[in-house]
Order: sequence, then C-alpha cells, then structure tokens
Amino acid sequence: MSNPAPQDRAPEDRKDSMAESAATPPAAAAAAKRGPSVATRERRDGLVNPSGETPYLVVEDLSVKFPTADGLVSAVNGLSYSVPLGRTLAIVGESGSGKSVSSMAVMGLHDRKRTRISGSIRLGGDELIGLSENDLMKIRGDAVSMVFQDPQSSLHPLYTIGNQLTEAYRVHHKVSKDVAKKRALEMLELVGIPNPPRRFAQYPHEFSGGMRQRAMIAMSLINDPKLVIADEPTTALDVTVQAQILDLLNNLQKEFGSAIVLITHDLGVVAEMADDVLVMYAGRCVEYGTAADVLANPRMPYTWGLLESIPTVSAASERLRPIKGLPPSLLNLPDGCSFAARCPYVERVKGELCTTQLPELLPVDGAGAHTSRCHLHDKASIYEAEVAPRLG
Amino acid sequence: MSETLLQVRDLKMHFPIKEAAGLGRTKKVVQAVDGVSFDLKQSGSLGLVGESGCGKSTTGRMITRLLTPTAGQILFKGTDIAQLKERELRPFRRQLQIVFQDPYSSLNPRQTVSNIISTPLRVHNLVKKGKELARVQELLERVGLNPEHHNRYPNEFSGGQRQRIGIARALAVEPEVIIADEPVSALDVSIQAQVMNLLEDLRRDLGIAFVFIAHDLGVVRHFCDEVAVMYLGKIVEQGSRDQIYNAPQHPYTQALLSAAPDLGTIRGVPPKERIRLVGDVPSPIDPPSGCRFRTRCWKAEDICATQEPLLEIKPQSSPGHTAACHFAEPKVDLTAATA
Repeated sequence: MSNPAPQDRAPEDRKDSMAESAATPPAAAAAAKRGPSVATRERRDGLVNPSGETPYLVVEDLSVKFPTADGLVSAVNGLSYSVPLGRTLAIVGESGSGKSVSSMAVMGLHDRKRTRISGSIRLGGDELIGLSENDLMKIRGDAVSMVFQDPQSSLHPLYTIGNQLTEAYRVHHKVSKDVAKKRALEMLELVGIPNPPRRFAQYPHEFSGGMRQRAMIAMSLINDPKLVIADEPTTALDVTVQAQILDLLNNLQKEFGSAIVLITHDLGVVAEMADDVLVMYAGRCVEYGTAADVLANPRMPYTWGLLESIPTVSAASERLRPIKGLPPSLLNLPDGCSFAARCPYVERVKGELCTTQLPELLPVDGAGAHTSRCHLHDKASIYEAEVAPRLG
Repeated sequence: MSETLLQVRDLKMHFPIKEAAGLGRTKKVVQAVDGVSFDLKQSGSLGLVGESGCGKSTTGRMITRLLTPTAGQILFKGTDIAQLKERELRPFRRQLQIVFQDPYSSLNPRQTVSNIISTPLRVHNLVKKGKELARVQELLERVGLNPEHHNRYPNEFSGGQRQRIGIARALAVEPEVIIADEPVSALDVSIQAQVMNLLEDLRRDLGIAFVFIAHDLGVVRHFCDEVAVMYLGKIVEQGSRDQIYNAPQHPYTQALLSAAPDLGTIRGVPPKERIRLVGDVPSPIDPPSGCRFRTRCWKAEDICATQEPLLEIKPQSSPGHTAACHFAEPKVDLTAATA
C-alpha cells in the first residue's frame, strides 16, 4: 500500500523533534555545549520536559500508521513527550486525534502485523520499540499498566474480581495463591472498596460502575507500576463518582510516586488533575506545556477553540463559539497545518504559509518549555486582546 | 409572563419486575420516577439534571408518551395526555417531539435522510405529495446541513451531522415542545458547541420550548433558564439558573456542583471547599425511607429517615426556589471564581 503523502512529511517530523530539543531548559542547553557526547546523553535522558525533571517515560518522534484498504491511516505523526515520576501528563484531543493510539503504542498493544510504528519509546532509559512480545509481556502490567475507559468490558465477566486480581499479581511474581490473595485484598482495601473479602469472591456484574473502575485501578496498581496510563478513566462514570475516582488516582499517585498519563477529552478533568498538558490534533502535538501555561495562556488557535466551545459550571457563558467544520481525514492529511481549514486566524498569516507548510512545534516565547505549533506571529497579543476577554 | 405550556403533576413511573421467590411470585417495582412536578413556559427551557438512574430520561419519555405513566398528570395546554389512547394522542404527538442522545442508534440505517425526515410529515399529513422533498431540504438547511445530501444514508454523516438529522426530524412537524435527552453528550466538544448553538437558535427563532435532559452541569447552565435537580426518581431542588448555580440549597445539588470538574480551577480562583459524596446511588427497587439522599448525606439526622422532606420554598430562599431537605441552607463558593 503506497501512499506518498505521509512519507513526504517525514523530514518535517524530524524537525519537530529538533524543535523540541531547542526547548530544553538552560541547564541542559549549557550541558549540550560541552560536547556532542554529553549532548546525546542529555537528549537520551530526555530533558525535554516542561517540569525540567528527569523523565521516566520518554516518547520521541513516535509515528503510528495503519495500512488499510482505503490507504495508510496516519494516526500519530512525530509525537514527542516525556513524563517524570510523580507527575501527571494529560493528553487532550477529540476523537480520532491519536491520543489513545499513541498510548496503546506505549503499552505495545497494537497488532504488529497491521501497524507501522516508528520513533522511540523509552521507559526508565530502556527502549520499548522493537522488543519481542515476550519481553513486552514482562513490562506490561508490571512497570506500566493501563486503566481503561469502560470497566464493564475490560474485566472478564466469567472470572471473579479476586481471580483476576491474583492472576495479574502472579503473572509477575512467583508467589503462592495465598500470598497473592493477601495482596489482592490489600489493594481492594486501598482503592476504597468496602468489605474486600466479600468483594473478592464476586463477579464484575455484581459491582457498580464506580466500584468496577476501582477494581480496575486496584488491578492496574497491584504490581506497583511506575507508569499508569489512564485512558478516559472516568468518562463512563457519573460526576460524583468521577470526583471520587479522580481523588483516588491523585492520592495513589502521592503514595506511590508513579507517573500518570491521563488521556481525556474533558478539559475540566485536565484542570483538576494535570501537571502538564499535551493537546493533540489530527495525530500531532499542537501545544505542550504545564497545565497553567496551556490552559491559562494558550498559544494555539485550536486550544483557544476548545476553551471557547466549553460551557463551564462556574460561569454563565453567552453564546458558545464552536470550531467550525470537522477534523481532517487521517487518510489524507492536508499539506501545511492540519488545523488550517478550521482556523479563524489563517488570514493573519502572510502568504499561504498555513496551507503549504507544516508549522514546527516551537517555544511560544522564544525559549522555555511551553511549545505550540502555529505560524501566527503575535499569538500572545491575539490571545490577550481577543480570546481571553471572551473566556471571561 | 408567557403562558404555561406544559404542566407535569406528581408523575410516577413504576416498572414491575418479576422475581421468582419460592413457589409464588413476589411483585417488586423499580420506582424510576416517583412524584415529579414541574411547569414549562412557552419557549422556556427547563433543565433536568442528575446522575444515571435518577429518572430524568424516564420523565422525558413519559412526557412524549413513549412510556405510559403509572400515575400523575401531564397537562399540555390544559389537556391531560398522561393516559390518552394512541388515537387520541396523535395530535399531541405532533406538539411534543424528542431528540435522542445517541445519533447512531436513533436513525434507521436502511433509510435515506429524506425518508427519515419526511416520515413524520406523511404520518401527520402535513405536506402535499410532491412537495415533500422541498420541505425536507428546507429542514436540512435549517439545521445547517447541505440540502443536496437528502439522498444519503445516516452512515455517510458524522456524529454531529447525525444529531442535526435527528433535530430536523423533530422539527418536521413544527412542535411546540422538544424533549432533548442528552442531545450533545455523545459529541466531541467542538461539535457539541455547534449543536448547542443550533438548539439555541431554534428556541429563539421558532419559539420552541425545551425540556433539556443532561448530566453535564456546564451545558445545562448554558442552555436552561430553569433547572430541576433529580435524585432517585424525585426532584430534590428546583429554581432559576442563578438560584441553583449561585445559591444551591440541597446538599445533593451542592455535591454535584462541587464534584463537576471545572476549567475555572486553573483559569480563576479554585473553590476553598470540596464536597465529596461517598458510595453509590441506592437501588430504586428499595429506596431509603424518608429522604432518599440520606444514605450519602453528611447532614443526615434521625428525622431524615422517618420523615420525607417536601419540595418547598424555604424561608431563606428567594421566590420560586424550592428544595426538599430538612436542613437546607444556601452554600456559595462551590465552583471556581473568576480571577
């Protein structure tokens, strides 16, 4: 299946990761000057992080493509991010933006035969891409675990909760059933499920939605993972239960110091949970920085559009300003900025830059860790003068 | 003051469930809705909020008579339609339309858009033969779709566009009331705002009254003038938008507002206090005695278990603001303040 378009774009993807290296903090930049070997070291350790801490998970120039009967679907294009231990990165985007696909790549959950993955995913310094299925199995559920959106379909309906929890533990630890059971009961207690011994013997259908999600979290934490990927963990839950689960994730993170990648479409959840935010659009990162930077001083028209289209509980909004149109097809991404067709600010960029050249992910104020992908020159003044007043 | 269009009085829906117990069968009921009353003004918008299982959708289905209530009245312009037979009901069906949550399962995949939208026109004899297509195209244009696409099938449209088709179908018979049952919760945020704006336009331009059922408190705050908060089949608090969002009286409303993830926490000043409910909603088969919320309420005392609180105006509250709680008191600062 040959589709020339994505290959043409490959060199540009390369540029993105270079753009990110320009975003390294001054210390790293100074270190980079000392010599090429040190520079590569620093790069490998991935000091490309908004917090400046040494990251545990480093994703670099990740691309995920699926050959299909209709052509090559470029689900993720040149995505780079990093998460240190104890920190939460929220990946935000609409359906089809590639947020789930990129995280499934981290877990190695894509069908190898049907997926083309390139780039680098390093966990505590070890490369995951290219690992055999057996080696991946050792990492999956142990160092990295995942909490899925729908606990109803991600728990096995024919096994008891206890059975599933102990299995998860015994796969990675050579212990007797009794020891595993003790551990499972401990975990159920920890995630706030009342009466663990009784719940241990019950089946998933006997749990309510919130309790099921707690059991799911217990299962994902049973091996003390250093990285938890939570894919829309509360989308299927009610607001009051959602608040309980988000608190639980927060508290567990404080206790275990694990890194969390939170995938969500809800900017409210992002505001409550995230340290760092990465906004995805059509398979690319369009804005990346600390939560305060991205949500309070966004520098990309798509992020502005998202913020303007949400009615919040705390403010009576006037008319909503939706983003016009639909996201582009991943089969045939447009040249230039993928958001150009929906962007109200295209005319303010000279020439036809927006539709011909893909903007690089660059630091918004010339330096620093807050980056965005947009050709607009005066992003800060447009935001302050036009967008911020509308947000109230 | 505009005229009251719809009056709902003490509406109940009890679904019987069969359970084999020993030799005989015990009769149990799920009290999905248990005594709900509200008024809807002409071109008004009432929001029904609550968590899953609180009976908000069942209420919507009873008003459109997709379900026949166990008890209570639904007065549409003075006529009680709660127990009307199908034949007598038909003229009222035209006045009361519904838009469903899931734009994928609420449109027949084997019918063209034109057919989907024109069926209600034919059923109610609203257009002459040969004029159908023109009317369908007019409706498509009204909801922001390309009129040329009338011959397409639902699978050729995106989620947001399908929801527009569902809205066009409801509009076809020129209803006075539309029940919108979670009309935007299956859509992406940017698309959600497009559909919200469309609904607002319809309300403003055509004077259609809305019963807006949603779990998203932000969306309800944006769209509705009046808000009723439901818990386990009952309305626990009701009032104008400002009364409910700025000075909620019932502990459940306060907990809901406090639990809603809020973008304002980063953009403005986060609230000082967080209310977190414990546990889950009890079963509607055997709801708690007295106040149904007492099992999760931090204010509950003995009286709450024995005496059911009435939905009434409290001495401290402003006119029209009712709450069903023995210990109701207004609470502010539950959501983030703007900086």
